[in-house]
Amino acid sequence: MNAIKFLFAAYIATWVIHSFYLGTLVRRFARLRRELRELGKGT
Amino acid sequence: MKRLFPILSVVTAILLAYALYLALVVAPTDAQQGDVYRIIYYHVPSAWTAFVLFFINFIASIQYLVSRKPPAVSAAKWIVIAIGVLGAIAVYLPPVRAQIPAGMKPSAVALTVLLIPAFYLLIGWLFPGDRLDVLAVTTAEVGVVFCTIVLVTGPIWARPVWGIWWATGDIRLTSTLVLWLIYVSYLVLRRFSNSAQTQMLAAALAVFGALDVPLVYLSIWFFRTQHPQPVIGGGGSMDPRMLHVLGFSWLAFLCFAFLVCWSRFRLELLQREVERAHAMESLVGAADSAKASLPLSRSAR
Repeated sequence: MNAIKFLFAAYIATWVIHSFYLGTLVRRFARLRRELRELGKGT
Repeated sequence: MKRLFPILSVVTAILLAYALYLALVVAPTDAQQGDVYRIIYYHVPSAWTAFVLFFINFIASIQYLVSRKPPAVSAAKWIVIAIGVLGAIAVYLPPVRAQIPAGMKPSAVALTVLLIPAFYLLIGWLFPGDRLDVLAVTTAEVGVVFCTIVLVTGPIWARPVWGIWWATGDIRLTSTLVLWLIYVSYLVLRRFSNSAQTQMLAAALAVFGALDVPLVYLSIWFFRTQHPQPVIGGGGSMDPRMLHVLGFSWLAFLCFAFLVCWSRFRLELLQREVERAHAMESLVGAADSAKASLPLSRSAR
């Protein structure tokens, strides 16, 4: 059965989903840290 | 703790790389499916990891609900211990034993039932107070990510093996999709509701949502489905080398999930800190404007 492309598609899809989620975590961290810094300056 | 995270990250990266090597190179090729079966080394560990995360979410949600009423905390602890002990004993009673699917060992079922109170006590001890809610939202979100991978890799495997992407009406597939939808709605509720009751409502939804997990897991034991029947502990046979790779892959994914949960947990704590800071700023602002208006009102008098 020549279905190797499906195997690679599944593995790549897994890491694309994980990378996307980790990317959102990094972005949210950066936004919250910036917000906290700005709040610290304001008070 | 700050040093532990990078060390664990390196260890997890090595484990994941080695798991990939085992899955693609060391595991033998399946006689019927060929190489495409190797998708199970990502699909199955992702499913098991999602189940573990949803189970933790379930325990944390119950504890969070119980913790709102302090007199119930101690009673709930003893009820859970009683359920665990009596459940483990009940497994060996002939009428209950007869209901256990063929191939599923009663000792494994009893151990699983006993693990419930152990997990309950451990989580309550490690995550006191509002941290239970932080843990619940963390495990739900990371669980949804792993469940998404299950729902994506499953059809990619099914297309070359079954000839179709999705078997409509299949109980395992449908219940997994329902499970995913329940936890997505849980996250949507938490994201977009600003009510004071949001955390309680989300915890209640999580308790009901978790009831779908045993249905998903046991569906292939109790029903004939398009989805393959259980090969681990289900009377099926699997090459020991394949089992070894599957176990190792799960270990690697569990470590990865732990790290992601750790990051998400810290993010949630930071989020709450920012919300507190915003609330404090609003209070200070309100107090300042009240002070500023005070002399005016006096002079007006």
